[in-house]
Amino acid sequence: MDLELMIGSLPKLLGAAVITLKLLSVSLIIGLFIGLLFAILRINENVIINKFAYGYSYIFRGTPLLVQIFIIYFGLGQIEYLRSTFLWVVLKEPYWCAIIAFALNTGAYTSEILRSAFQTIKPGIIEAGKSLGISNKIVFYKIQIPIAIRQSLPAYGNEIILMMKGTSLASTVTLMDLTGVAKYIISTTFKPVEVFIVAGSIYLFMTFCIHNFIKFLEKKYSFNS
Amino acid sequence: MKYLFHKLLKEKIMNIIKKTIFSVLASLLIIGNVYASDKIKIGTEGAYPPWNSKDASGKLIGFEVELAYTLCRYIGKQCVIVEQDWDGMIPALIMRKFDAIMAGMSITDERKKAISFSQGYADEVASLAVMKGSDLEGMKTPAGIGLSSPNSDAKKALKTITAALAGKTVCTQTGTIHQNFLESGDVGKVNLRTYKTQDEVNLDLASGRCDVALAAAVAFSDYAEKSGKPVVLVGPTFSGGAFGNGVGVGIRQDDTELLKAFNKAIDKARKNGDISRIATKWFGFDASM
Repeated sequence: MDLELMIGSLPKLLGAAVITLKLLSVSLIIGLFIGLLFAILRINENVIINKFAYGYSYIFRGTPLLVQIFIIYFGLGQIEYLRSTFLWVVLKEPYWCAIIAFALNTGAYTSEILRSAFQTIKPGIIEAGKSLGISNKIVFYKIQIPIAIRQSLPAYGNEIILMMKGTSLASTVTLMDLTGVAKYIISTTFKPVEVFIVAGSIYLFMTFCIHNFIKFLEKKYSFNS
Repeated sequence: MKYLFHKLLKEKIMNIIKKTIFSVLASLLIIGNVYASDKIKIGTEGAYPPWNSKDASGKLIGFEVELAYTLCRYIGKQCVIVEQDWDGMIPALIMRKFDAIMAGMSITDERKKAISFSQGYADEVASLAVMKGSDLEGMKTPAGIGLSSPNSDAKKALKTITAALAGKTVCTQTGTIHQNFLESGDVGKVNLRTYKTQDEVNLDLASGRCDVALAAAVAFSDYAEKSGKPVVLVGPTFSGGAFGNGVGVGIRQDDTELLKAFNKAIDKARKNGDISRIATKWFGFDASM
């Protein structure tokens, strides 16, 4: 065990962890919007809209994240026509390719989490709102959505943790996130065990923080309090 | 009836467990045999043509694969060539996944801290490459520069390259001499992007994500030939300095017997003209040393 290397690589790896967190937060924010939109489409009674939303979540939950990144990064880069359009401004950058892949992936999972949360809301609560003369729209925004978000907190916390670990795949498209920098250090020191232990510990610490934050939110917005 | 069913189920489960234990033991025995055998295991990447690559059926081919079998014949032992990703090559050797590296790995001081090298068996020059139509195409430099003790021409060429690379995205494979050179400061501070394989570098050079790439000149000409993409070599060819002193066999530092054996085998292969012959076959020119 090369302790000196482990301590020496810590600052560089912590710097890279910031990139990991940036990737995670940007894709989670975009993914949450996508997820909410598609969850609403999923509970729509129109069959075409419903199937479309189901198809999206089916495809992105049914294929590996790595494959999705490769298709978006290397796959779309091969299409000559695409390179002449404005889309290329975004797709040219590995950073945005990774964000697109992560956001679409977490969006699919989030839509399923929120859909099941919507469906578990007791009809009585909605009826109570309506009987007070509140409009359908307000019932949806002020009653259904807040309850659904609270219901889905534990499952969504898991999704955040899974996504955080998923960002390590960004290194496969040249991004210097935590895993990317770890691999870079290994390419000059040839000591994978030490460097990956440090990188793994940083991931573990991030998981610890996310886990406790979600637990705090769960307690704060608990129905019993 | 219920009792019989339970008994049958129990027997079936016991059978499965017995079979599993047996097959695990059997495979352990086989693994043990591989280690005990007299074979030399050689690691290669299989993704860096014409040095080493794979044919359509997935078989490892290339200059180093053919040379490895020739060297093993001189050593008098059987060879097994195994595939290993480039970024884990040296750690895999140190962890005894194989006994020697033949993967177009240049002999550099940095790598010598971790492993030993045999004498060099071949050398290559590195070159920058762009897609046809790039503004780097007209770069005026000598045909080739040596960086071990650069003369005034070489220094001037480095300045020209530094200016040409400014603001460009420069791509190369992770953990290579090419990356070392681009990070050495010889060409200023470049906007560097590194990839796991040379294939990925080629793909992004062709797609336009990379403005310019650096690798072995043969790696680009091989790609241009096979893909039909208009890849153009620009600037001088590089050798020496950060580019190391030729390509040799990588061996664990405590494995001095094997090192001696490989050095002797390379001597013999060179004297008999084997290295020149195999190099000419794969490179189209004599890259032996």
